[in-house]
Amino acid sequence: MKLNDVKIILDAEVIVGEEHLGLEVKTAFGADLMSDVLAFAKAGSLLLTGLTNSQVIRTANILDIAAIILVRGKKPSTETINLAKELKIPLLTTKYILFETAGRLYAKGIVGCLEKVENNSVRN
Amino acid sequence: MNLETIVKKLGLEVRCAPENLKNNVTGGYTGDLLSDVIANSHEGYIWITRQVHQNIVAVASLKEHAGIILINSCEPTQETLEKARQEKIPIMVSSMPAFELTGKIYNLLGIKD
Amino acid sequence: MKITVSETENTLYRDSFEIEGGNFNKAGIVSTSIKSLLKQMGLAAEVVRKCAIVCYESEINVVSYARKGVVNLTVNAETVLIEVVDEGPGIPNIDLAMQQGYSTADQKIREMGFGAGMGLHNINSYSDAFDISSEVGKGARLLMTINIKQ
Repeated sequence: MKLNDVKIILDAEVIVGEEHLGLEVKTAFGADLMSDVLAFAKAGSLLLTGLTNSQVIRTANILDIAAIILVRGKKPSTETINLAKELKIPLLTTKYILFETAGRLYAKGIVGCLEKVENNSVRN
Repeated sequence: MNLETIVKKLGLEVRCAPENLKNNVTGGYTGDLLSDVIANSHEGYIWITRQVHQNIVAVASLKEHAGIILINSCEPTQETLEKARQEKIPIMVSSMPAFELTGKIYNLLGIKD
Repeated sequence: MKITVSETENTLYRDSFEIEGGNFNKAGIVSTSIKSLLKQMGLAAEVVRKCAIVCYESEINVVSYARKGVVNLTVNAETVLIEVVDEGPGIPNIDLAMQQGYSTADQKIREMGFGAGMGLHNINSYSDAFDISSEVGKGARLLMTINIKQ
């Protein structure tokens, strides 16, 4: 589906990246801990998170994340917004909690970017 | 729906307090930031997280969650298990990542648009 | 902090980047630059990604725990070497620090989503070779090797 469809499903507000709403997305990763994102999230995936600091933008850049969806109605800091603009990473926010956000996207066909994690080891 | 149904349908491994699998599940909360969990989750929710330290039991107890599911094959620490047994909070483990597990539980609970 | 990785006739590129300890506003800038550089050099996406991740995890460690550090990047015909040397308290017990979940992070670090104690484990997992050493009271040195042919 397109990022615009994600926006509609989540009743989300686009903070950065109106011009990227045509991006195709198929997978998603949800986490509040940066190390999990670094260990498991895949390139081209959506990142669903409650983290609003600018490091989440850096992480997204490092991992080639397609777009960041902030959950729980969280609003990013000005720094975070500026960095997202600079690094051209779409940033949306939704009032839904992560459970609801993931649930809604999953129901509409978005899949997890990896199936299983065995013994908590990194899968490349 | 009770916890037992979710455990069976998703093949979750139960690490403690199996006697409370009869707990009724009213919803779900996925997240690892404890202050967010405390602020936003409710009684009867199943809490999906990768945090394994004993504070998760205190939080689950405080919010009267139905149980805790650890994702990414994370295992609870020994202290966490002991505390969970005392507080009678079921802890389950899944090899699925948060997004996948949440999606499946969301569907199971039949939450519709 | 001197570069300990020597230049050889196979060295295609070398540069050093400074990290300011405690500055979370700038944390990640070095990794983003290095990622950009490696991409421009035409390295495979998977290689660039691994380099970027190990660099970023190390950079965050330096910002979180050290006074300052430097990332020495060396690109050879066969490998990318990322050496991160810092000046700081050092790591008293490396085996412990390598354990998943072990962390000495303070509240401020945890609130940013870091401090889960997975950094060194992640670095080790993503590197094709990983060397770590430290002197308490002086600092730490990490050397990550990523093979250009995966």
